[in-house]
Amino acid sequence: MTAAHGNPSGGPSGKPTGGLTFATVDSEAGLKVALSGPRPDIVMKLRESGLRGRGGAGFPTAVKWTLAAAARGEQKFVVCNADEGEPGTFKDRVILNEFPDLVFAGMTIGGRAIGAREGILYLRAEYTYMRDALEAVLERRRKAGLLGANAGGLAGFEFDIRIQMGAGAYVCGEETALIESLEGQRGEPRNRPPFPVDTGFMGLPSIVNNVETLAWVACIMAKGPEWFKAVGTDKSTGLKLFSVSGDCARPGVYEFPLGITVAKLLEAVGGSDAKAVQVGGASGHCLPRSEFTRALAFEDISTGGSIIVFGQSRDMLEVARNFLEFFVEESCGQCTPCRDGSVKLLEGVELLEEGECSTAYLRELKGLSKTMQLASKCGLGQSAPNAFLSIVEHFQGEILGRSAAGI
Amino acid sequence: MVDKNEDPLTVRTPRSMQAPAGQAATAMPDAIGGTIRAVIDGQTIKVPVGTTILEAAKELGIRIPTLCHHPDLCIAGVCRICTVEVEGQRTLQAACTYPITAPIKVSTSTRTVRQARRHVIDLLLSRHYGECYSCARSNNCELQALAKEYGVEFFRFGQKEHRDHEIEDSSYSVVRDMDKCVLCRRCVRTCIDLQEVGVLEAIGRGDQTAIGTFMNKPLADVVCINCGQCINRCPTGALREKDHIEEIWEAIDDPAKHVVIQTAPSPRAGIGETYGLAPGRALTFEMNTALRRAGFDKVFDTNFTADLTIIEEGTELILRLYNALVKKDPKVALPQLTSCSPGWVKFIEHFYPEYLPNVSSAKSPQQMFGALIKTFYAEKNGIDPKDIVSVSLMPCTAKKFECNRPEMADSGYKDVDFGVTTRELGKMLQQAGIDLPNVPKSEFDDPFGGATGSGVIFGATGGVMEAALRSVVEFITGLKVEDLYEHADIVPVRGFDGVKYLEIKIPDAVGPVPDIIKHLVPDWNWAKGATLKFAVAHGTANAKKIMEDIKAGGKFSECHFIEVMGCPGGCIGGGGQPIPTSPEIRAARARAIYSEDAAYAIRKSHENPAVLKIYEEFLTDGPCGHKSHHLLHTHYTARGKYIA
Ligand SMILES: Cc1cc2nc3c(=O)[nH]c(=O)nc-3n(C[C@H](O)[C@H](O)[C@H](O)COP(=O)(O)O)c2cc1C
Ligand code: SF4
Ligand code: SF4
Ligand code: SF4
Ligand code: SF4
Ligand code: FES
Repeated sequence: MTAAHGNPSGGPSGKPTGGLTFATVDSEAGLKVALSGPRPDIVMKLRESGLRGRGGAGFPTAVKWTLAAAARGEQKFVVCNADEGEPGTFKDRVILNEFPDLVFAGMTIGGRAIGAREGILYLRAEYTYMRDALEAVLERRRKAGLLGANAGGLAGFEFDIRIQMGAGAYVCGEETALIESLEGQRGEPRNRPPFPVDTGFMGLPSIVNNVETLAWVACIMAKGPEWFKAVGTDKSTGLKLFSVSGDCARPGVYEFPLGITVAKLLEAVGGSDAKAVQVGGASGHCLPRSEFTRALAFEDISTGGSIIVFGQSRDMLEVARNFLEFFVEESCGQCTPCRDGSVKLLEGVELLEEGECSTAYLRELKGLSKTMQLASKCGLGQSAPNAFLSIVEHFQGEILGRSAAGI
Repeated sequence: MVDKNEDPLTVRTPRSMQAPAGQAATAMPDAIGGTIRAVIDGQTIKVPVGTTILEAAKELGIRIPTLCHHPDLCIAGVCRICTVEVEGQRTLQAACTYPITAPIKVSTSTRTVRQARRHVIDLLLSRHYGECYSCARSNNCELQALAKEYGVEFFRFGQKEHRDHEIEDSSYSVVRDMDKCVLCRRCVRTCIDLQEVGVLEAIGRGDQTAIGTFMNKPLADVVCINCGQCINRCPTGALREKDHIEEIWEAIDDPAKHVVIQTAPSPRAGIGETYGLAPGRALTFEMNTALRRAGFDKVFDTNFTADLTIIEEGTELILRLYNALVKKDPKVALPQLTSCSPGWVKFIEHFYPEYLPNVSSAKSPQQMFGALIKTFYAEKNGIDPKDIVSVSLMPCTAKKFECNRPEMADSGYKDVDFGVTTRELGKMLQQAGIDLPNVPKSEFDDPFGGATGSGVIFGATGGVMEAALRSVVEFITGLKVEDLYEHADIVPVRGFDGVKYLEIKIPDAVGPVPDIIKHLVPDWNWAKGATLKFAVAHGTANAKKIMEDIKAGGKFSECHFIEVMGCPGGCIGGGGQPIPTSPEIRAARARAIYSEDAAYAIRKSHENPAVLKIYEEFLTDGPCGHKSHHLLHTHYTARGKYIA
């Protein structure tokens, strides 16, 4: 494997090390299976596999696709979310670089499953350098008859994929903001309901899926649901890629079965002496050592794959500050709790840094965090206070130590 | 006589950003036809599928506070003040956006909900430059009201102590004070969706988010049509009209100045609201007394020039028809488009400049009056026009721009010195301690005197058309309008449909040409049996639909005369009218206007004795004659939509 992967390790489940599973799957085998059987077989297999979205929220892929397949619309769309903007994630970049065919095959399978003719890859602006290579792959697939009229040799099945570049906003990774951006509008999340599966791109039924999710779809079609769910937990089946960064010996992209504990992951990446781990990027939670026994799974601590390791010398307030600065800037600015709440939390961290935040005001900010989680319009604002909350909760001693004690 | 009132063009297509819930709320019940049980705070109601929680709660008499929501606009769901708990949902839901599509259980006032609302208010206040006592919207401000309702007694998250933005007052009409903006985006939706002008947009993101214009240029330099509809829907003092109260007091206090005021029809139907009266009570004659008490030397009725406009514009129409149909002049531009709404005029100057030849050259009633006051009235009363300060009371902010157009100086002076809005006048009268609703009534001043019902209905959409038809139909057919329409109420052009359409077939028997225009058309034989086609649109979004149809050669391109008012509802919904506004409020104001029309003895412009007299005494070469051309007609500027 290339250096981009760091030192991918199969980890403790005993699966073969030295490479990602994606490297072992024939990208077209899955497509062939999906195009040769009856259409409903696709979601049936996905349902059996238990595949849940790899973009972070973990929504069951089969449910999303079934809803979109059932929705009425003169046209439907398959959208691949390659906005990968969550701080500390870079696994989609690796997949797109090395296994683009799996992703495109997954999109094509989605096209068949829901009855779409068009797929759109929404590519993060920072990944523009990959565009030419991806276009070349698409062109090759067209020439090979895998895209276009009678795609994959299935008579009457027309499906093609185009690439649209993002414009550099984190929030555009949120699926409805992504759709707005695709339509040429300001990238701002929409009100939900209705959901993209019935009112998506151009108001038509659309599925939006993460790069990794789509790659796994192609694998599941090729190898079968049983193969996929042989690892993982009951509620979080299969393998997942993790982007590991921060204070550890071997940062990089790793593949582990879902359900792995934080401690085991740290062991594999050489970060066992960590002070804390941020799971899920800026919008995730910050776990202290006492929580390293927790499992990386949708039923415990869910993540899109970003793992940031903080070593013993890290100043946790500074960590909180960095994340909040990110949200103050990256909030789309639409709704009050997120736009203005993030500012207040950041100001609160500044007060804490100066030792001038009273415990009463800190309590107020915790209440505000709860409001942000509950009343913000989209996932960004709903998760913006997570890091702050977990840091003030788990590192209270360190944080209040700096305050002019309990004013 | 055929009248068609079909209306294929009233449906707005909102931008997708705000699309979903509200759309669903109105569109889905028809499609599905079902009803659903909703339990809100323990009360049960059955609602059509797609009804929002907010609407359902309202039906039950449960108040859910709102801020970004507005009855005229599509849904945004951005302020988050309206959040409620929905059983089974992890997060709170915005009641204004949430469509009920399955049985649902809602709690609107739990501890969590109250806390969240309070936080939203506290957050908004923390970024708000609050200075209520010096704010145009104090006591009429939704933010202030929410703070009171939720018992804000201190600034939990601090308060903004200094300004970040300069007050932007480049425009003649709209002043922007962005330190008071709560980013509800009602103005954005008003400008883009309701008016389809698109001057305002949210720019920047995160804590830098602000409402701005193209390249953040001053409002005076962008395609703003000055309609003021954004002001009417702004919940705070972030948007207001440019106010002239102090200048007018100064003129009143100056003994050397002769200060006159003309009052348009719509403000009298709205001004009571500035005194807390329910919408729909006209205070026409009380206002006359109040204005004199406030110190105005004369109080004139703009309806006089509304009637004059009908004669001038009607004559222009007859001439266009005659030249096109009889003289076969290919240069005649039809349909003729009305010109009395300065918001609409600026709209067409920016967006459809190629159709400016279609716009009637007749000035608006405000500007006709301005030109006559400083000529005819000045002469008649031996007053030096330079000593006259001519004020006009208008429901409109665009009138402020209009009276400052450089060409509006045909009297040799600035024809109208100040256009004031209904809201400004309400404030002036309150400053003067006048209890408007309870002062005795009095008449308008001569020589312009009282008006006709036709002048009054100029205030509502369809009013200019109805007034014009009452005259044109009588001119051509020689019949009485009453014989054609009961009580001379031309109902098909009334009401709030976005676009109205009417055909009138001229009978084979025509009347004699009335004296006043005899020198222009010899007879009506050419009009015998003709079918005249008319249309009415209000709000520039509807105007746009008509213009696009004309461009495409559709049915409106075959019309002869089209009335367009820039504001939704016409002038009664003008940008200078009291806040708030809603379809119900505008309907109430319209009722006030139509009942005033019905009460007039003379209801047709061409029967207005003062109008007939001015053609005898002053405009002696008749409608569209030389003198009237000089004083009562104007020209337009092709502006285009590209900004330097
Ligand atoms: C602020 C925000 C940013 C997001 N960014 C991404 C992203 O970069 N990539 C992604 O796949 N999903 C992202 N998501 C999740 C998407 O909204 C969506 O759930 C996901 O694309 C669905 O795909 P999946 O079901 O395959 O995971 C983001 C969500 C939020 C709220
Ligand atoms: S939560 Fe934040 S990012 Fe999401 S809509 Fe609201 S302001 Fe925008
Ligand atoms: S906008 Fe409202 S709250 Fe703000 S200063 Fe004006 S009246 Fe007060
Ligand atoms: S005055 Fe009218 S055109 Fe100008 S910004 Fe406001 S709504 Fe838009
Ligand atoms: S200017 Fe007024 S209407 Fe526009 S966003 Fe600000 S507060 Fe809302
Ligand atoms: S009123 Fe519902 S979100 Fe603003």
